[in-house]
Amino acid sequence: MHPQEPESSSAPAAVLAPGHTFTTVTDQLSDMVLVRPYEGRWFLCLGVGFSLVMTLFTAAAYLLFQGVGVWGIDVPVMWGFAIVNFVWWIGIGHAGTLISAILLLLKQDWRTSINRFSEAMTLFAVACAGMSPLLHLGRPWLFYWLMPYPNTMGLWPQWRSPLVWDVFAVSTYGTVSVIFWYVGLIPDLATFRDRSKNRWAKMGYGVFALGWNGSAKHWHRYRTAYLILAGLATPLVVSVHSVVSLDFAVSVLPGWHTTVFPPYFVAGAIFSGFAMVVTLAIPFRAWYGLYDYITARHLDNMAKIILATSLMVGYGYFMEGFMAWYGSSSFEKFALLYNRPFGPYAHSWRMMVFCNVLAPQILWFKWARSNVGLLWVVSIIVNIGMWLERYVIVITSLHRDFLPSSWSMYHGTVWDYATYYGTLGFFFTLLILFIRFLPAISITEMRELVHKTQHGHGRTTEASPETGS
Amino acid sequence: MSQIFHPSANTLARTSIAVLVIGANLALGGLYGFSGSPYQTGVNVVRTQPVPFSHEHHIRGVGVDCRYCHNTVETSASAGLPPTYTCMSCHSQIWGATAMLEPVRSSLAENKPISWTRVHDMPDFVYFNHSIHVQKGVGCVSCHGQVDKMPLAWKAEPMTMAWCLNCHQHPEEHLRDKRDVTRMDLVLSSQEQLAKGRELVNENHIDSDRLINCSVCHR
Repeated sequence: MHPQEPESSSAPAAVLAPGHTFTTVTDQLSDMVLVRPYEGRWFLCLGVGFSLVMTLFTAAAYLLFQGVGVWGIDVPVMWGFAIVNFVWWIGIGHAGTLISAILLLLKQDWRTSINRFSEAMTLFAVACAGMSPLLHLGRPWLFYWLMPYPNTMGLWPQWRSPLVWDVFAVSTYGTVSVIFWYVGLIPDLATFRDRSKNRWAKMGYGVFALGWNGSAKHWHRYRTAYLILAGLATPLVVSVHSVVSLDFAVSVLPGWHTTVFPPYFVAGAIFSGFAMVVTLAIPFRAWYGLYDYITARHLDNMAKIILATSLMVGYGYFMEGFMAWYGSSSFEKFALLYNRPFGPYAHSWRMMVFCNVLAPQILWFKWARSNVGLLWVVSIIVNIGMWLERYVIVITSLHRDFLPSSWSMYHGTVWDYATYYGTLGFFFTLLILFIRFLPAISITEMRELVHKTQHGHGRTTEASPETGS
Repeated sequence: MSQIFHPSANTLARTSIAVLVIGANLALGGLYGFSGSPYQTGVNVVRTQPVPFSHEHHIRGVGVDCRYCHNTVETSASAGLPPTYTCMSCHSQIWGATAMLEPVRSSLAENKPISWTRVHDMPDFVYFNHSIHVQKGVGCVSCHGQVDKMPLAWKAEPMTMAWCLNCHQHPEEHLRDKRDVTRMDLVLSSQEQLAKGRELVNENHIDSDRLINCSVCHR
């Protein structure tokens, strides 16, 4: 694949290529931002991303001007792309917290080089996710009605509605993710402050480094805060997508009203989240030559998680069908055993099964997991498949409701697609800016990894010479 | 390495955080205060009118009943604003030549209604009906205040949804006998009011559970 790529052998690859010291790690990772010149292809990426952001703005402005009728939604399918995209994006966001919180608590050292940009990816994905239902409100400027606050209407949100639970789940998740990401960044921002030559950059990083001086006290508090935040974030990995699934499961619609939804959605979220991390990590490490940090071991582990969660998702699909067959609801039988596999949206359903259940099975083979190009293609297939999963769930259950006279078909309009591609561009733009201006791989944790690989195991709270002031 | 920031930056940082937190709370509190303030609700704001009509003079001074002018209040959604003929039923006889009443005379001569400034403007999505309130024993004074003490009219109550719901949830606190609906001077102790109100809730078949259904006011 690439000359620098370590050859796969029988022994598991290291999480950090051998031969690194504190200095080489710090130099390489901070030079990515502070020394590396601006490249044409970076501007090209930014330009492409920003054009799509402009598309998003145009679509949103037209939507606000005309109303939600510009989208394809109409009776009986009142949840279209907006909800599909919301669930898709929020699912993608799940890998960040899983990697940063759960794998931290489980002391998985292979998380360290991918956690920072997974967390950033989470934040940007949550931002994209939040946009969809807000635009779907029809009058988004009244979004604050979703919050309980003292008001002249004497009204309170409808606590029995899972859509209100959703608001709290997603906003909590967003807040905790931002804090977790920022706290993790502080020592690295101090490194940037100390190493940048430009006075304005020094001040910019300096303000956000909050006066970090690398003392033992600072490290102690930082470690404690980081662990507490990891503990707080851990239940969110499970809770957020469970609540999102309740948007569907609490209703009485065949195909939605299923007890398997919460665990099956959580598995799907981690599935799509890791797929997105792989989709981004592979070009990122090729672009910046980060083969020492994101090694074959990382890709292999992520591929295994994708395979495991693919099996869980497949089990979810199977259980939906099995329960419909085993149960006695003729509506559910129709929805799951006939309408999805053989109905008018059968192409989407079949494509979904191929993308989410069949295609990842190739990752059983070690040669497939170590073939970077193949892994990248599989991760993209999974991303597409998970979007289709939400499309199938939302559309097929709605378009054939209990009353055949109201049956209809749903198709996204050009504005639906513009909004969707726009959020992709928004996500991509933020990511491109993040890679350029912030440490996309945690320098602090890589130094710790150097320490661990040189001196065996055990946590370290030592400050590196770089961050003394 | 030289320091980037002066030691005072620490104070500046702490102050900025405090200002952000306090400022955000003040801004939200300010918005909340504004939403209930007279600027927003119009309570106690005197409206100028083409003719300086005094409810105080006509009710307290002359003793005209509310329903003499607002004559559809018992039977229709709107209380009714009197046509110029109603004014002229008296003012053709008394004070007919004063300058103050010139707009009334010209309204009659040109056959054009006087364009009064609206004091209570309910939003279009609220289906308010005067007659049902009057029939069930809600006094004029409960919503419009002591109109007999208003030289020029103003809003006495904010007419926000929370204010409406307050009575829809506890109608017994405001009900009176139908014969007392237009009385401005009825004073009851809170015990008497509750006893009377509960009696009227039964008598007039008022179901406060139904009164807080969305579709009672938003149809």
